[in-house]
Amino acid sequence: MNWLRTHWKACQLALMRLAAAPLNTLLSVVGIGIALALPGAGQQLLAHVAALSQNAAATPQLTVFLNVDAERKTTQAIETRLKGLPEAGKTQLIAREDTLARMKKAEGLADVIAALPKNPFPDAIVVTPADDAPVTIESLATTVRQWREVEHVQVDADWARRLSALIRLAKTGVLLLATLLGIGLVTITFNTIRLQVLTRQTEVEVSRLLGATDAFIRRPFLWYGALLGLLGGCAGWLIVAGATLWLRLPVAELAQLYGFELMLALPSATDSALLLGAATLLGWLGAALSMRQHLR
Amino acid sequence: MIKFNRIAKRYPPDITALADISAEISAGELVTVIGHSGAGKSTLLKLIPAIERPTAGTVLMNGQNVGALGRSALPFLRRNIGLVFQDQKLLFDRSALANVLLPLEITGFPHKEARRRAEAALDKVGLLARARALPIALSGGEQQRLAIARAVVHRPSLLLADEPTAYLDADTAQNVAGIFLEFHRVGVTVMVATYDDRLFPGARRLRLDHGRLT
Ligand SMILES: Nc1ncnc2c1ncn2[C@@H]1O[C@H](COP(=O)(O)OP(=O)(O)O)[C@@H](O)[C@H]1O
Ligand SMILES: [Mg+2]
Repeated sequence: MNWLRTHWKACQLALMRLAAAPLNTLLSVVGIGIALALPGAGQQLLAHVAALSQNAAATPQLTVFLNVDAERKTTQAIETRLKGLPEAGKTQLIAREDTLARMKKAEGLADVIAALPKNPFPDAIVVTPADDAPVTIESLATTVRQWREVEHVQVDADWARRLSALIRLAKTGVLLLATLLGIGLVTITFNTIRLQVLTRQTEVEVSRLLGATDAFIRRPFLWYGALLGLLGGCAGWLIVAGATLWLRLPVAELAQLYGFELMLALPSATDSALLLGAATLLGWLGAALSMRQHLR
Repeated sequence: MIKFNRIAKRYPPDITALADISAEISAGELVTVIGHSGAGKSTLLKLIPAIERPTAGTVLMNGQNVGALGRSALPFLRRNIGLVFQDQKLLFDRSALANVLLPLEITGFPHKEARRRAEAALDKVGLLARARALPIALSGGEQQRLAIARAVVHRPSLLLADEPTAYLDADTAQNVAGIFLEFHRVGVTVMVATYDDRLFPGARRLRLDHGRLT
């Protein structure tokens, strides 16, 4: 009980000190908030894009293009062979005449195509693999590429894989950013606590003379650092949330142009808790390091 | 209660503040330390709560060698001692009451009980009506009384005061000295450094001259 009381007392004292210098507190909180908002926003964006690429990768398809001069019989034979493969699921034959007709309707292409002496499009077969494991589609593609009649095999989920490689890179970037700005946060609290110790030197000295333990003297400063971190975390959360709401429509519109549905959502409860927890911990760490350095 | 055993204290580079001091103070005694400015009075008092440590010799408090205490043991030594500093060391950013509460917060007193005791201590020095005032709003005599209230609020068995009546006019000095006499009367061991020991009738006198007892 005594333990709880001393901590409550130290927490109150820290809150009073934060409130006693509102401008200082505000500046530190905004600084920490921005430092946290950058990796926070990066993490948010990545989470959305990652979800997007996962959705895309969940329905991979394979398009098998035949030689331009392959006969329909050959195409049909290939389709049958495809159906016989254990890795293949549904297949759909797309005749070259249909492709030509579709292209002729496309804006701007009609004239070009009309000028060609013959149909430049090959027959094609769209294959949905039996399951969406990357190995399945990979082995399917390898097998079919070796067939003599097949000109080209295109894995439609290729872009998704490139995207996920890009996302992995971006994740590393966000981690790096978070590390750097985390260090920045520790530095901010370190310095703030240093100033606190300086302005409270008399209090520290008197407390010592009156029989205060080191723990007693440190406690309010540690709370100060932790609370500053927490407030900064809240500011960071608000910045991320504000930016999310602000960018929601433009991002959705942009995504629609590329045929995606992308609606930015506020940070999840877990992400929010993680952000606030990390901010508090880093604030406390900055204070603890500062104590070691400046409290003799 | 306190035993100085062949104490010497030198400050760098080669200032001898105290030399070959041996003295003993029993529980319940009233002792004044007198001497010219720079005689070593403050230094002698500071040895007891181990604010300064002797260069030679030992200081025993209740049989414990205070000069040898480690950092973690010091707080518990100091909690048994009431200190009135020459420069008072009041905290000017908080009320008189909050100043008096500090020693109790340090020892982890429950808030209600601490408040009751702090008010009682302020009452004892005649400052209860000024409990909410900031120290800056108090007169010199009131500030000194506030410092005394803070020194006694945790009911130490030993009270050390360094020139508590300096800078006070005659009447106020008399009044402040009277408070110490009262604590002595109820059994507290009191040791006061002073330039004017007529304020403390009946006290045993330790006279310092250039760091030596005479
Ligand atoms: N921290 C210190 N560093 C160096 N010299 C000191 C220090 N404190 C006191 N002295 C010297 O020690 C001597 C005794 O000082 P002090 O105990 O304060 O005397 P008093 O309290 O009787 O005036 C003086 O010469 C003083 O200058
Ligand atoms: Mg002195």
